[in-house]
Amino acid sequence: MPSSAPKLCVDDVSMTFKTPTGTFQALAPVTLSIPQGRFVSLIGPSGCGKSTIFNIIAGLLEPSGGRVMIDGVDATGTIGRVGYMLQKDLLLPWRTVLDNTILGMEIQGVPLRQARERALPLLHRYGLAGFEHLYPNALSGGMRQRAVLLRTLLFDTDVILLDEPFGALDAQTKLQMQEWLMQLWGDFNKTVLFVTHDVEEAIYLSDEVHVMGTRPGRLIASIPVTLPRPRVRTSATPDFLAIKERCLELLSANAAGAAPMNQAA
Amino acid sequence: MTVQDTPAVEALARLELAPQTSAAPPAGRKPVRRLPVQKDWPTWALVTVQVGILVGALSLWEIGARAGWIDAFFWSQPSAIANTMGLFFATGEAWIDISFTFRSTIFGFLLGTAAGSLLGLSFWWSRNYAAIVQPYVICLESIPKLALAPLIILVFGIGLSSKVAVATALTLVVSTLTAYAGVKALDPDGEKLFYSLGASRMQVFRKLVVPFCLPWVISVLRVNIGLALTGAIVGEFIASQHGLGRAILYAGQTYDIALVWVAVLVLSTLAIVMYASVSWLESVLRKGVRQ
Repeated sequence: MPSSAPKLCVDDVSMTFKTPTGTFQALAPVTLSIPQGRFVSLIGPSGCGKSTIFNIIAGLLEPSGGRVMIDGVDATGTIGRVGYMLQKDLLLPWRTVLDNTILGMEIQGVPLRQARERALPLLHRYGLAGFEHLYPNALSGGMRQRAVLLRTLLFDTDVILLDEPFGALDAQTKLQMQEWLMQLWGDFNKTVLFVTHDVEEAIYLSDEVHVMGTRPGRLIASIPVTLPRPRVRTSATPDFLAIKERCLELLSANAAGAAPMNQAA
Repeated sequence: MTVQDTPAVEALARLELAPQTSAAPPAGRKPVRRLPVQKDWPTWALVTVQVGILVGALSLWEIGARAGWIDAFFWSQPSAIANTMGLFFATGEAWIDISFTFRSTIFGFLLGTAAGSLLGLSFWWSRNYAAIVQPYVICLESIPKLALAPLIILVFGIGLSSKVAVATALTLVVSTLTAYAGVKALDPDGEKLFYSLGASRMQVFRKLVVPFCLPWVISVLRVNIGLALTGAIVGEFIASQHGLGRAILYAGQTYDIALVWVAVLVLSTLAIVMYASVSWLESVLRKGVRQ
């Protein structure tokens, strides 16, 4: 172990659900160790336990085994330790964009005025100027995701979990949002754990890509991405292609192995 | 292009022409229809017709009663009703009755809606508690509450409180079930978001459950004002010293049919006023809620 503990450590975490017909192993023991300030992606097919890992890290699900360590302290089963951006945007329709972004601070007991004063400049800086007093239903998909990401960032935790944040966006908007996320990540120095189906997105954004498999959900391989930053958008560089090739190979090998059972997932 | 190509091109051209030429003769296989268009009359025309129908019906009634086609003893007649209306308001009894019915309706409406909504929302707190209490609520829903009215009058006396109680009984269960429907429609992921931010149950309730369920509560307001009025009137039918319901009952028992009509008209006006106020309140609340 290095002298300073990793920011986030998922230590041998597994998850088994009871079903009427027996037990179902959603997650075989997984170990992840993520240093401060890293951007790490999880890719894998549906049902590989990505969301289960996230729910366990966020304290919303008690793992069947293992521990979640944050800053070297056991944080298993405690909520409010990490910022968690769920797949759905879950913006509250009765709150303005500004008041949606301060939800985390508000719950933590920051006075409303103070929270708004902190959030407002960030909304302006990160592309939501002019939208702050609108209601979410007036926003486009990309704008909504911006608001949700700011809500997650303003919660003020070192670790943030992003569960397919750009999954529902069109290709054009998705690229813009990736650039925007890179800018945010650079400014805020957060430790990011990112789930996606999109291999190129994972490679473009991450320092390390973890490939997951199904039945049971497990970690297959960890691939460091050493491409220099800031990265260029041309995905045709040999290094990029090699990593992509490798990821796709791992994914398809897993899919072939699990094919007969994949129907149920 | 070569010479050999020409017949083929011609054939193609014929093919393209073919549907046009063959479509015309066997007409009737596919009738040509246009989109039906309804023309809206101007408002003044609509209002004129509406007023015309009312005036016509009233005139026929009056003429029929005078000519003896309609038995004025059972049906009364517009002129007599107008006279009675004047008397009803002149004696001052009218305002006591109106105010009595109005108060019992409003109190019952407020009490039933508030208590019912709170009860429905409270089911969010515990699934066990909801599972235990729910059958009782459904039983209460299936009881014809008006059948309990005589019992309620016995318990609460013949004053205002018994009318409020009947009105409350009618509105309470509907409000409970509606608010609970809101609770059940709550997206579990919404709660997940709040808990991931470290929220307490009270915070989730106040900042998520209550605002989320407000549209349900608002939607029940209009139903409840009608139910509360029904409750108040039935309470007055059974035993009361005041109120429009009592006025109707009294007039009917004394064969004063004109007075029955007067009380019914006043009651309808009261109902319309209250219904309109609640609709207005609803639109204001909806604007505030922005769902």
